[in-house]
Parts: sequence; C-alpha cells; structure tokens
Amino acid sequence: MTATNPPDLLARDDRRRPRAAIPTAVALGLGWLALMVLCAILADLLRPYDITQMDLSARLMPPLTPGHWLGTDELGRDVLSRLIQSVRVSLVIAFGATAISAAFGTTLGFLAARFRGLVEQFVVMLADFQAALPFLIMSLAVLAFFGSSMLLLVCLMGFYGWERYARIARGLAIAAGAQGYAAAVEQLGATPRRLYLGHILPNVASTLIVSMTLTFPEIILMESGLSFLGLGVQPPETSLGNMVGFGRDYLTTAPWIMLAPSVVIMITTLSISLVGDWLRDRLDPTVR
Amino acid sequence: MSALIEAEDLVRVYATRQGLFGRAVPVRAVDGVSLRVARGETLGIVGESGSGKSTLGRMLLGVDPAQGGVVRFDGAPLPDKGTPAWRALRARLQMVYQDPLAALDRRLPIARQIREPLDIHARGDDAARRARVAELMQSVGLRADQAGRYPHELSGGQRQRVVIARALACAPELLVCDEPVSALDVSIQAQVVNLLRGLRGENGLAMVFISHDLKVVRNLCDRVAVMYLGRIVEEGPVERLFAAPRHPYTRALISSVPDPGQPLKGRIILQGEPPNPAKRPPGCAFYPRCPQASGICRAELPQMRATGQGCRAACHHLDGADPVPQAA
Repeated sequence: MTATNPPDLLARDDRRRPRAAIPTAVALGLGWLALMVLCAILADLLRPYDITQMDLSARLMPPLTPGHWLGTDELGRDVLSRLIQSVRVSLVIAFGATAISAAFGTTLGFLAARFRGLVEQFVVMLADFQAALPFLIMSLAVLAFFGSSMLLLVCLMGFYGWERYARIARGLAIAAGAQGYAAAVEQLGATPRRLYLGHILPNVASTLIVSMTLTFPEIILMESGLSFLGLGVQPPETSLGNMVGFGRDYLTTAPWIMLAPSVVIMITTLSISLVGDWLRDRLDPTVR
Repeated sequence: MSALIEAEDLVRVYATRQGLFGRAVPVRAVDGVSLRVARGETLGIVGESGSGKSTLGRMLLGVDPAQGGVVRFDGAPLPDKGTPAWRALRARLQMVYQDPLAALDRRLPIARQIREPLDIHARGDDAARRARVAELMQSVGLRADQAGRYPHELSGGQRQRVVIARALACAPELLVCDEPVSALDVSIQAQVVNLLRGLRGENGLAMVFISHDLKVVRNLCDRVAVMYLGRIVEEGPVERLFAAPRHPYTRALISSVPDPGQPLKGRIILQGEPPNPAKRPPGCAFYPRCPQASGICRAELPQMRATGQGCRAACHHLDGADPVPQAA
C-alpha cells in the first residue's frame, strides 16, 4: 500500500481495529447494570408505593398479586417499592465505597513505590494490619461507637479492600520501574506526577479494574451482612442486605421477601464481573 | 576540542548475595573508569557481557549514581537523580535502549511518545510541537500515517526509530546508545546503524555507543574504549586501535571478528571464562586468560599508559618483545 492514498489508509485502519462485537453475556450484563442505575436514579418515580406505606389488610401477599407484583411483606409494604429503594441505597454505598477504596489504596501503593524505604514499610505494615483484622469486627466497633449514618457507612466501606489495591499498585509500579518504560520516561525528565498518573496508572489500570469488579460485589455483600446484623442501613430505610436480613424470618412462609433482593444481588454482582472482565480487555490496545 | 562529558575514576559496586544466608559480596561492576567525550565525537565502548558497559553508560547519564569518582557534563558535576536540575538536564542528555519495546509505553500511540519530551521540557506551543514531531518522524524514516500506531504494531526497527526520535526531540548534546541494535534482526541493524551514522556530529551531537559488535563500532565511532571486568584496558582512535591493538585482550577481541569470504587467520582463542567479578583476581584481571601473563601481572594492577598516536592501554607488557601484529 502507498502512503499517498488516504481512502485506502482509512480502510486499512478500520480493518486493523475492528469494533469487536459485544458478547451476549456482556451485553446482558450491561443491560442489567443500566437498569439498576436507572432504578437508582429514578427510584422516586418508579416505585408504586412509599416504602413505609403499610397495608395491614394485605400482609404477606404472594407475588403476582394485582397491585403488588412482587408481593408484600409482614407489614403489608410493597416488596417491589422497597426493592427499588434498596437498589438505590446499595448502589450508592457500593459505588461510593469502591471508588474511595480504589483511590485510597492506589494512592498509598504508588506512594510506597515512589518513596520506598520507610514510607513503603509503613504502607505495607498498614496493609498487613488491615488484612489481618476481620473487617466485619472493625465495622461493628466503629458503627457501635458512632451510630449508623449513610455517610459513615460509605466511608467505612471505603476502607474495605484498600489493602489489595495498595499491594497491587505498589507491586506493579515497582515492576514498571524496573521494566523499562517507566525508567525511560523518567530519563526523559518527567516529573513523578507525570510518570505515575500519565504512564504507570494507565498501564496498571486494567489490573485495578479487575480488582474493583471483585471488591464491588464484596462491598454489597458486606453491607448486606452489616444490615443483616442490624448495624448497617437502619429501618425504615432499606437496602438489599437489610431486606434479606428481615426477610429471613419469613423464609418458610413468604420466601419472596428474601428472594427478590437476593436475586438482585446475585445478578448485579455477576454482571459487574462479566462487564469488568470485558472492559479490561477493551481498554488494552495490545489485546485486540 | 573541549570535553562535553568527562568521567573521572568512576566506581559502582553492587552487592550480590549468594545463597539464602550468604553474606553480601560486593561486585565492582565499574572500577575506576575515566573517560572523556568531546562535542560531536562518537565514543564506542566494547567488551563482553558483564564487563560493566551498560552500567557505565547509565552512570554517564546520572541514572545510576556513582559510588566513587565524578561525572562532569559541560564542566559541572551531574546533579543528583530526581532533582529538578537533573530532570532539566535530560533535555541535553538522552539514551537509546537495547529493547525498544520495553522502553516504550505500549498504551500510547507513538506520536504522543515522541512528543513527550517536548511537553516535559515545555518546548514551543502546540503547533510547534506537532511540527517538531512530524519533522522527527520524517528524519528517522517513519511515515506520517504511522503516527497513531501503538508500539506493538510496529516492527523492531521501527520501534527503535521511535525511541531514537523521542531521544532526539529536545536536540540533546549527548546520546548514550546502550546496545541499540543487538536486539534487532541483522537486516534491520544496518538501517538503524545508518540512521545513527547520519546523526553523528549533527549539530555537535556527541554519542557514546555501547556495543559488543566490533564491526558496528568500527563503522560508527571516532574513538573506542575496550572494557574488561569493569575497567578500561585500552582506548584510542578507532582505526588506529583496530589496526594495531596493544592490549592482549583487545587483540583477542579483534582477531575474533570474521571477514566475509576469508577463513579466520591467526585467531587468538582465549581460554576459560571471564572471572567472576565478585572474585576479581589481584593484579591484572586478565592474567588468568592472558597468553603473555607473567609474575608481575599477578601482583600488580597495570595502569593506563600512552602507547602513541592517541592510544592508551593498561598492560605490563606493552614494551615487551611480543611483536604487534600490523595486519588489520
């Protein structure tokens, strides 16, 4: 081919980077996540009843009852309405906490790789400390002391799993420094800021994204666990875990109260994993 | 000619640990090396693997700190690594790497990477930087339509051109090339060598060319320094040194270069391996393999002495009876 033929060039470029078709599973996952985000944003418009609105004459109605498509709970509250609100609360906690955790952990990891020596030892020590301490127990202590609020819950969950990002980021940044491209950029005269944010971060992002897709479901489950123990989201506010926790009492007589949020948790975490895996490959120009 | 870069008595010691509980053994990778490179001059550094060539190259750039001795660039000692002064100096001192794929960020298109030094050192405005990138790409022989490619989409030779273009972006005064062609196919080596040859002396660009390929060094360099186990054993103008090597190690090296179509005549075959740098023999490091070794070699470290016509060598037997082969 010749360099003087622009149309030809364009055609060739298109061929080199075909837009890979999105696999069905990933498409379904993306669709589900979009639905969840819509639910979270439009919760106030979507839910047919208020989450605290009780109808004692229609207690424990099974699903598909007209007017209560997912049934009602022990107080006659509409399960669908509460589910929609729960999705909003749980997503806010999970997204917020994952973002805090990733940012905090990656920053500490990069600081450790940049300064080595005492800073590195301190960060590694903190990470070991965090990993050795059962997170649930720490959360229980903090929530018991300070009481449960949405903000505190998000911040607390933000400490969940940061040590993994810190370790990954530190290890990858050190490897990158030894590997060449980082040393080469440094030798060009780049400031550490440019080196870490402009080169090392994009190069290690795929690994961090995969780690985020692992942490995200874990945070949903952790929040569910805390709510289940009564220290997470406080009634009458509701979250997915909170619903599972209270629905447990009626597992044999009215399983839908618990099953509805359980299914949402499962499909959401599965979707996140599938999409995260696919995203990692898409973001890497060398895997095409 | 004034010296652009001058190294005095450089020492670099690595600690290696043998075994799980072994004590750290110091290895003198570079041991008392002095050299100078003038503006516009190309100095070749040759030697076998492990002779400290690459470490020396990085020390000249200030990437590896010297544990002894000093490197002066343009008369002033190199600033410490990582300081703003060190970073600013990168516009004048650049490096070409052995493995171009490893030296490039595989997530950025090559034009962005060539442009990076211009961004770092704030050269010109956006339009000027674009123009400079286009000019650089053309001068190293990359097509304009390759600007958006990623490193893994290019051939080895093209990648090395990207590395060279990036190194040249700020018009440096010294380019250290660390085995720039040894990772490339022989057919591509020539292109890169010709490219470097074209750059030689352009705008007073000085080069330190580290290689174990004697033919390339002879083709490209003005002067050559031969390293053995962390020390320079012989140094001089390239034609003179290749025509009349004085140090026995240089002779063995040069006699090992094959000539196409001719059987190797009078080849000096060295016995054994280079000694473990952690257990450096006392005296001349070369004596266990040297055909001329005598008692003094074992006891005393030979110093560099002038051998005439700009050459210097470190050997006790320079005035010995052994005739110097004149045939090249």
